[in-house]
Amino acid sequence: MTTTTTASKTLDGEFLGIRCRLIELAASMDRIERSDGPSGDPRIDKIRRGLEIIASDSPDRAERVQLVFSLPYDENWRK
Amino acid sequence: MYFIEPHIHIASRTTDDIQALARAGCVAVGEPAFWMGYDRTCAGGFYDYFRQLTEWEPKRTANYGIRHFAWMGLNAKEAENVAFAREVIELLPKFLDDPDVLGVGEVGLHKCTKNEVTTLEALVELALGRDELLLFHTPHLEDKLLGTRMILDMLRADGRVKPDRVWIDHCEEHTIRFVRDEGYWSGLTLYPTTKVTPDRAVDMVEIYGPERMLVTSSADWGPSDPLALTAFMAAMRRRGHAESLIRRVVHDNPLEFMRQCRRFDFTPPA
Repeated sequence: MTTTTTASKTLDGEFLGIRCRLIELAASMDRIERSDGPSGDPRIDKIRRGLEIIASDSPDRAERVQLVFSLPYDENWRK
Repeated sequence: MYFIEPHIHIASRTTDDIQALARAGCVAVGEPAFWMGYDRTCAGGFYDYFRQLTEWEPKRTANYGIRHFAWMGLNAKEAENVAFAREVIELLPKFLDDPDVLGVGEVGLHKCTKNEVTTLEALVELALGRDELLLFHTPHLEDKLLGTRMILDMLRADGRVKPDRVWIDHCEEHTIRFVRDEGYWSGLTLYPTTKVTPDRAVDMVEIYGPERMLVTSSADWGPSDPLALTAFMAAMRRRGHAESLIRRVVHDNPLEFMRQCRRFDFTPPA
């Protein structure tokens, strides 16, 4: 199926929500920093990788962010 | 617009929710057997729960003009103890014969352990041996990709599986393609934080099309919205999608899937 609208119209509808979620994210990261610091927690690395994907120009960002937070699939799982 | 909510845990909702569903236009619900928020300690606990799903909840929803269908199964969270699981599985045939039971579900994987796989294989064997519809729960969060692909591997290995009669639920952006490429019905679950938002569900309908697509709330005992389907419908309208497309996803598709059950006897209002 193709969408029936322009990128500009989509952005009109999405911009404030994106802005809100970015600020929430920034505030969450500040909160972690204000605690005793992330001290090498691997989840921070996953968050950073997720943010890099969001900031990238490539498509399928949602899918690729999901993969950052997923256990890998091993086709030999039965063994 | 009338709609069908094919995956909701009515047993965990109040009558206020049932009334709200009816007022919003819901004409039928599907309720899979699942985890009630705690681990049951004996097969008798499951027996009473199955009775609740096949005797009490249909009466409760009928008070508001909603037809209730159930699925029978042993959920993935209580599948680790294989001996206990076998006791529960022995109870299922009696309830699968109930006229308003659609098939075996929701069954699946949780942490993707060997014991969960053993239990799931027994449940799938039961379903295929009786030619029942199958509804799969795929794991949450980091386990979802692995668990979904393990389930697909198990199904692919069994020549008796008919993809049209299998619904793989709780698909997300990184699993839906695998499910749809193999011809199964894919379910999108509008559940806060851990699953999909209405807008992401609309995205996936736009990308993959409405064929073999189900959208549900899976509303249960946790923070969840029994009217999530109406939020999805609103999101579709905001993007300018036709009423006929919306109706296809929220009414015609669930009906098409459920009608495959030989016991299914429901004519929705016109």
